[in-house]
Amino acid sequence: MRADLKIIESWIEPGSRVLDLGCGDGLLLAHLKETLHIRECGLEIDQEHIQQCLEKGVSVIEQDMDKGLPNFQDNSFDTVVLAQTLQALHRPDLIVDEMLRVGKRCILTFPNFAYWRHRFYLMTGGRMPKSPHIPYEWYDTPNLHHCTIADFDELCRQKNITVLDRTVVDDARRTSMLMNLNPNFFGVNAIYHISR
Amino acid sequence: MKAIPANSVGIVKPQLFHFDEPLTLRSGRVIEKYDLMVETYGTLNADASNAILVCHALSGDHHAAGYYDPENPKEKPGWWDCCIGPGKPFDTNHFFVVSLNNLGGCAGSTGPSSMNPDTGKPFGPDFPIVTVRDWVNSQARLADRLGIQQWAAVIGGSLGGMQVMRWAISYPDRLRHALVIAAAPKLSAQNIAFNEVARQSIMSDPDFHEGRYYDFNTYPGKGVMLARMVGHITYLSDALMRDKFGKDARAGNFGRDLRAGKLSFGFDTDFQVQSYLQYKGESFSRNFDANTYLLVTKTLDYFDPTVDYDGELSKAFANSQCKFLVISFSSDWRFSPERSREIVEALLKAEKPVSYLEIEADEGHDAFLLPVPRYMQALNAYMSRVADECGRNPNAG
Repeated sequence: MRADLKIIESWIEPGSRVLDLGCGDGLLLAHLKETLHIRECGLEIDQEHIQQCLEKGVSVIEQDMDKGLPNFQDNSFDTVVLAQTLQALHRPDLIVDEMLRVGKRCILTFPNFAYWRHRFYLMTGGRMPKSPHIPYEWYDTPNLHHCTIADFDELCRQKNITVLDRTVVDDARRTSMLMNLNPNFFGVNAIYHISR
Repeated sequence: MKAIPANSVGIVKPQLFHFDEPLTLRSGRVIEKYDLMVETYGTLNADASNAILVCHALSGDHHAAGYYDPENPKEKPGWWDCCIGPGKPFDTNHFFVVSLNNLGGCAGSTGPSSMNPDTGKPFGPDFPIVTVRDWVNSQARLADRLGIQQWAAVIGGSLGGMQVMRWAISYPDRLRHALVIAAAPKLSAQNIAFNEVARQSIMSDPDFHEGRYYDFNTYPGKGVMLARMVGHITYLSDALMRDKFGKDARAGNFGRDLRAGKLSFGFDTDFQVQSYLQYKGESFSRNFDANTYLLVTKTLDYFDPTVDYDGELSKAFANSQCKFLVISFSSDWRFSPERSREIVEALLKAEKPVSYLEIEADEGHDAFLLPVPRYMQALNAYMSRVADECGRNPNAG
């Protein structure tokens, strides 16, 4: 089991209601159903992923979250998850608002653009960073709004968002002392647990 | 003998079930005795946990799959044959599929064309208006008769989907899955308007005789034909019609193919779409009872599961215990994806488990009856999980 999923799992209450935005093939929700007996709801626009959710028995709704979550009630979910998708949305700040409206607590994960290898790549090569987890060219990347851990912290400050917990992990989704010492320099992926 | 595909349920035979217990209708009127014409496919398992109910739409009936005549090579299979059979989404290797002609119908179940025992004549306009709720109540009695306490799934498209919703509301403990396809929470003014044109077409036919045409040995065929023509337009999409009637490249992609290659400069049938609609309407009118058509359009108009719940669909679903799969089709403008999303929103508000798919298809409302690949794959995946839950048939392939 992936270490980042393990961290997410540790922040979710058994039997609670979980909304996973951009739930992919339903891996996380299927796992949480099995271990924590959560009541799940996934949101997805990719047809193949939706099919994979149905095959897993994961409830999934075909919906584009870039258009907001107007069909979801305030506080209707215990946890809203957004994993590795924030940077691909048209207005990440607005989806964060929507997540905090619909969920009592939210979990966000995103690649930290200020990871030292990215900085090094840009500084020495003078070109947009590429790495195993950001493999795209600048012109075909789905990632519209890359951000750093420092950027997201600033957004939380501006919006008065409470950061309940924050973890950084590497490509293998493990954490280390170095990363905890200077997350914005050594952290590859950030995992936030937030509430209003 | 004709060649029957291996994944067909094969030759089927309907069964008539008679009910003596009076059924009180939503209108307050009572049907004392009635018959339901039923077809079943597959085998009910020992604990009766593998039964699924298929609900038909406006013009459907109990004949959902298979064939009647082993000799007739031209016979078309039942109306949902693409979904029902061995290896198909409603897999008869695993499920016991039940399909019936609803009360008020004209395919063997008691309806306006049946004999009224009080008068010795057909009921005609005296047959009471039946609602979706009344249908579902009669279906529950059929389930009792078949020894089915809880359906593995209740499934239907269009008006069939409305019956599925009513099942989830009226009998929350009697189904595990609800598949609501190409449906709407209730009809809009535009939907009712189309139904009104259909009714006026029938009622203004001089052969209608206030619905007592049986007594006059006539039939308002012209009226039924017109009703079906207008209905049929609403089942198709503009894109599909352009495609279907636009084979001639010179006419562009407007679907304006001519019948005789040139304009008549008269009121003849110039365009192919005209003759197509006339043919469809005409052949339908030969096999469908006018009073049933009137009745079922009213059933549609009256459907509103929120009447007992302050107009709030989410409250209507509050006690539902089943899981839901809602499916819409992109080019369906009769019950558009927007209408399905209203159902999904109500289910989310009621905190019910729901999956929703919007299938890209050019076929309009009729797409729910067709083997659209993504639609079939989704039904397959979903129903395969349902089959797992009821314990798969170990002897099935």
